[in-house]
Amino acid sequence: MTAPTESQQLAYIAQQAADSRVNLEFETDEGMTLNIGPQHPATHGTLRIVAKLDGEQVISCEPSPGYMHRGYEKLAEVRTYTQVNTLVNRIDWLGSFANEVPFILAAEKLMEIEAPPRAQHIRAILFELSRIANIALFLGDLGAQLGGVTAVFYAFRDREFVLNQIESVTGGRFHPNFDRIGGLKDDLPKGWIAETKAAMEKLRDFCDELETLLIGNEIFQLRTRGVGVIPPEVALSYGLSGANLRGSGVDWDLRRDACPPGLPYDKIDWKVWTHPDCDSFSRSWVRLQEVRESTFIVDQLLDSIPAGPVMAKVPRIIKVPEGEAYVETENPLGAMGYYVVSKGDLVPFRVKIRSASFSNVSIVPWVCRGVYVPDVITILASLYFILGDIDR
Amino acid sequence: MILAELLDLDPAYWTTTVIKILVMALVVPTTALILGIVFLFKMMSWMQSRVGPQEAGPKGLLQLLADGVKFMQKEDIVPDRADRFVFKMAPMVVLVSTFLLFVILPAAPDAVVADLPTGVYFALAISSVSVIGVLMAGWASANKYALMGGVRAAGQLIAYELPMVLAVVGVVIQAGTLNMNGIVAAQNSFHLFGWEVLNVPFIVTQLPMFFVFMAATQAELTQPPFDMPVAESELVSGYTVEYSGFRFLLFFLAEFATAFAFAGIAATLFLGGYALPFVDIEQYADLYWFLGPAVLFGKIMLISFLIFWVRFTYPRFREDQLQRIAWKFLIPISLVWLAVTAIAKVVW
Repeated sequence: MTAPTESQQLAYIAQQAADSRVNLEFETDEGMTLNIGPQHPATHGTLRIVAKLDGEQVISCEPSPGYMHRGYEKLAEVRTYTQVNTLVNRIDWLGSFANEVPFILAAEKLMEIEAPPRAQHIRAILFELSRIANIALFLGDLGAQLGGVTAVFYAFRDREFVLNQIESVTGGRFHPNFDRIGGLKDDLPKGWIAETKAAMEKLRDFCDELETLLIGNEIFQLRTRGVGVIPPEVALSYGLSGANLRGSGVDWDLRRDACPPGLPYDKIDWKVWTHPDCDSFSRSWVRLQEVRESTFIVDQLLDSIPAGPVMAKVPRIIKVPEGEAYVETENPLGAMGYYVVSKGDLVPFRVKIRSASFSNVSIVPWVCRGVYVPDVITILASLYFILGDIDR
Repeated sequence: MILAELLDLDPAYWTTTVIKILVMALVVPTTALILGIVFLFKMMSWMQSRVGPQEAGPKGLLQLLADGVKFMQKEDIVPDRADRFVFKMAPMVVLVSTFLLFVILPAAPDAVVADLPTGVYFALAISSVSVIGVLMAGWASANKYALMGGVRAAGQLIAYELPMVLAVVGVVIQAGTLNMNGIVAAQNSFHLFGWEVLNVPFIVTQLPMFFVFMAATQAELTQPPFDMPVAESELVSGYTVEYSGFRFLLFFLAEFATAFAFAGIAATLFLGGYALPFVDIEQYADLYWFLGPAVLFGKIMLISFLIFWVRFTYPRFREDQLQRIAWKFLIPISLVWLAVTAIAKVVW
């Protein structure tokens, strides 16, 4: 065997580079290529966006994810079902309890057990609390991206009330790891319901405050209205979900339309917010309304919480029978689903994670053509992604 | 010898020059420190419901000084492909323009470095020099973000020169002089509609011009909502992105000292400068040696508060929106009010 020549080596390296799409910036013919990321404040994490510019105008841009790939799908194949719970906590780290819910529901579906009503209620409450914790930070971050730094401090201040409530019931602020197959780890602590109601009151004040400080601000509206317009049909074809889809005027919410068994959303009275403008402003506005709606949902769930155990009868060693299940829920970032394949083992045979941010970011090349550089930041902020949720 | 001549109260030219240079070298960094600590650290943290710096000095008041010392210890990094000479010169150019702004600012009838007959004109001209420094920094950094920041800064600062000049012209017409001391004296002896009881500063008659001047100042200082050249969330930090250590400190110093200087010019043009209404400058000339600096400082802090209040509250405009505001909004307002002022001046 002869050693490869230098030109062969170079060709090999070039091929590898082209495959991994690392050197996107050298493929340009005209204009200036601007690397937004991987370490850029607007990408809150390590998303890289390669934009070709003509002056300040973006000719084309391409997101290049993968800088934070942690291989959770593969890791899940060597973890027992309870251990996988710890892993998936880290996907969307701002609302981590919400990541556990669809996975546990998928496992429950395979085992054909259902959590007791009290556990279902508490699950839904924590689900909504993590949604509030997540989107409240988005609202603050939106201000920071657009140059108004004050909003982000208000968001961190008021998010703390929610995190305290999550901590006092689960023991973990960011990664509760509280959901179990067949129920929950523990019951609620004493006095928690009243405290949570007080916290919800504070969150509603926070929403009012941000509505006047940020969403109602003239400069904010100048920056966001008509920027990053995604028509409903385009949004659907790119697989957007969550508030991004509702911000495009599509009345679609998995909690209402296709709620999997195990979450009591059909027992309460609530509203799905949509906005017909399809732009960055409508997406931000919908999220603000969602936080407020979530506080009302939590209030109702707290009022109607039934008595009883929080854990169903499950075997000590969990072996999930052979089969396949896909469960999708409406997570803070959008539709999140787990496709779990079991061969009857202690560990899942294969777990495929459908995360919302990955699809939400896929629309960036479409929506960022011909906009100005500051608008790229506005669009990225309003699409709202979490890097862990893109790269998994 | 210096002391003897000082006591003589007829010091030689070089003595006064040395004293003036020393005072300026002391005053300019101090103003930046005051604004940085009072507004950037303390007021900003109160507005954002956090505590702010606590440890360095009493109530954390020496934090900025500690930061300055830290900056001086840091390595002076020059990017590999940067234009080294221009890169190193840029902060100096910006700082020089800041220093020269203080030259014409009177703190008392005689407490001024250079009582130029065309003081305001000099200030407006010299403030544009900082654009050159910013453009140099943006270009020499060999960084795309810095380049975009520099070009944005140039476009913005040039666009906002015009409304600023027009706003100043309104005051100049009313005062009838370009001299800063003359403008102060004109406000001190100005009575609205000729009534003795209405001894008011020019802000009463020039309120729209004050608004235009403050908006243009905000743009000139590249502060939110007009901070696209630095825009930390999109251009990372614009033209300062490659600067570290001492050179960054110079930019920081220049930014805050310029804010102070512009607040001083605004206070002089619109709020009566070092003079108080009903306290005649010529009659109480000796009193003003002490009263003047204090009054001016108070007025400057008031205007700086406005500048920083806006800075901490508003999101940022987009570059094209900024130009539109300058050309379609600020310039027409100032032109209309200029006409009104000119007519009123002829009538009364």
